[in-house]
Amino acid sequence: MTQPTMTQPTDIAGRTPLVELDDVSKYYGNIRALEGVSLEVHAGEITCVLGDNGAGKSTLIKIIAGLHRHDAGTFRIEGEDTRPQSPREALDRGIATVYQDLAVVPLMPVWRNFFLGSEPRKGYGPFKRLDIDVMRRTTHAELLRMGIDLRDVDQPIGTLSGGERQCVAIARAVHFGAKVLVLDEPTAALGVKQSGMVLKYVAAARDAGLGVVLITHNPHHAYLVGNRFVLLKRGTMVGNHTREEITLDELTRQMAGGNELDDLRHELEGRGA
Amino acid sequence: MTATAPTADERLIRTSPLRRMLGRPELGSVVGALAVFLFFALVADSFVRAAGLSTVLYAASTIGIMAVPVALLMIGGEFDLSAGVMVTSSALISSMFSYQMTANVWVGVAVSLLVTLAIGFFNGFMLTRTRLPSFIITLGTFLMLTGMNLGFTKLISGTVSTKTIADMEGFASAKALFASVLTVGGVDFKVTILWWLGLVALASWILLRTRVGNWIFAVGGGKEAARAVGVPVDATKIGLYMGVSFAAWIAGQHLLFSFDAVQSGEGVGKELTYIIAAVIGGCLITGGYGSAIGSAVGALIFGMTDKGIVFAEWNPDWFKFFLGAMLLLATLLNAWVRKRAEATA
Repeated sequence: MTQPTMTQPTDIAGRTPLVELDDVSKYYGNIRALEGVSLEVHAGEITCVLGDNGAGKSTLIKIIAGLHRHDAGTFRIEGEDTRPQSPREALDRGIATVYQDLAVVPLMPVWRNFFLGSEPRKGYGPFKRLDIDVMRRTTHAELLRMGIDLRDVDQPIGTLSGGERQCVAIARAVHFGAKVLVLDEPTAALGVKQSGMVLKYVAAARDAGLGVVLITHNPHHAYLVGNRFVLLKRGTMVGNHTREEITLDELTRQMAGGNELDDLRHELEGRGA
Repeated sequence: MTATAPTADERLIRTSPLRRMLGRPELGSVVGALAVFLFFALVADSFVRAAGLSTVLYAASTIGIMAVPVALLMIGGEFDLSAGVMVTSSALISSMFSYQMTANVWVGVAVSLLVTLAIGFFNGFMLTRTRLPSFIITLGTFLMLTGMNLGFTKLISGTVSTKTIADMEGFASAKALFASVLTVGGVDFKVTILWWLGLVALASWILLRTRVGNWIFAVGGGKEAARAVGVPVDATKIGLYMGVSFAAWIAGQHLLFSFDAVQSGEGVGKELTYIIAAVIGGCLITGGYGSAIGSAVGALIFGMTDKGIVFAEWNPDWFKFFLGAMLLLATLLNAWVRKRAEATA
């Protein structure tokens, strides 16, 4: 395993988290989707949310993204009690969510995707039109900033690799002034190299001062970049640690839990060899 | 940041100019149009004469006026099966309203515009509210309009066609706008050709140069993605349906003012013609891809095949065969394009 070399910013008392969930619960009818989950996201930090399928990760995202309202507990954005009514409202308050499907339209060129929903325009009245020049140049520049040198911003975004598309989605969120980036399993469908690439951009976004919520079921990916780790299991929080409090082994053990542990360790060690 | 060290991704697809041209949605249709043109130019002398071309353009324009908004709608991911009979409805409304109210025909034309737009709004509204497939919604509208066209016309006029409005006030000026003939260099051109070209230009502008155009591609190519980034999906779709109804109004007024009475049973089956023109022109049937110019080329192929067969003095039955073959080829080409565009590295 790569040994983390970066210094961890400790939780300075009095610093207001960008996003804070405190004992948040969500019910769908009589189904308890989420119970008593707390997490905080600070600027320049990555908070990882770990959990197996059905652990409640998606529900958590939907609450932060403004798609669903929580039923109990408090949700604060920069210290202020809140309850976003729509994804648009969450976005306006600086929370950008990158879903697994990335919210990109495969057949559309990269630059059209980049600005979709927030297109810059020039001209007046009926001649108001897309500022295509600015759109292309900005797309190219912003992707370059994230380390992707696109030869042609006109290519359909579907022709990019999964990792690159993920990065376009992240670059888009950063460009539009997101303060908090919520990433839904960005490495789930990717190979080793592509995952590494995406994690690099996640780190780049963090270094740019954003707070990041990284949803994943891969403790190795989480531990590479994370500052805080929230573990979910069957809708409840089974752990909430800062990096200092936990090792990768412990994180993996907690995530696997009980009987599954031996099998998993065996598998992981086999892979690492 | 990593600005100084951009990662070179060796798997990034290089685009040559040829490849870029192959990516144009119109490509297949332009090649097809050239082939059809050459073919009929060889087998029928009168085809390439000015008068012959004017006839072809007229035939193409009557389809093309509707194929443009139908193509936009298809890029937006939906169908409109009511587009054909809506043209007839629009013509019937202006004709019967003017006649019954003994009003200036322009009043009827205006009322028809409002009612036709309302039908388009109804299609879009029902679609976005019920989330049913547009095939079902507009099939319903298609049947209802077909019935109403016949029913109301019989109820009001007593026959299956409307009474002539040729002697009514405003007829001449309305005819000048919707159904006049322009003589250029001794050749007669119908004014619908101008309407058609105007609509193609307008639609291309909207599609490629405006924010709404971006939204149209997005709602057709990835509705949920579009919604997630804040595109007003429902409004875009409703707008597209109203675009179809606006064009149906133009086509309907042409239908009315070319003659002076309207047959209430007309228009059934035309909706497929428009869809075929759009598909031949490179629109993906699943949405998200296509062009207005492509729909125009598709309509041109229609016009050329339709009239070319007549000029060649063949049995017009073959028209349908040609059309079917063309449609199949175009769809195969589109499927290939889509695969290429969606292939992930």
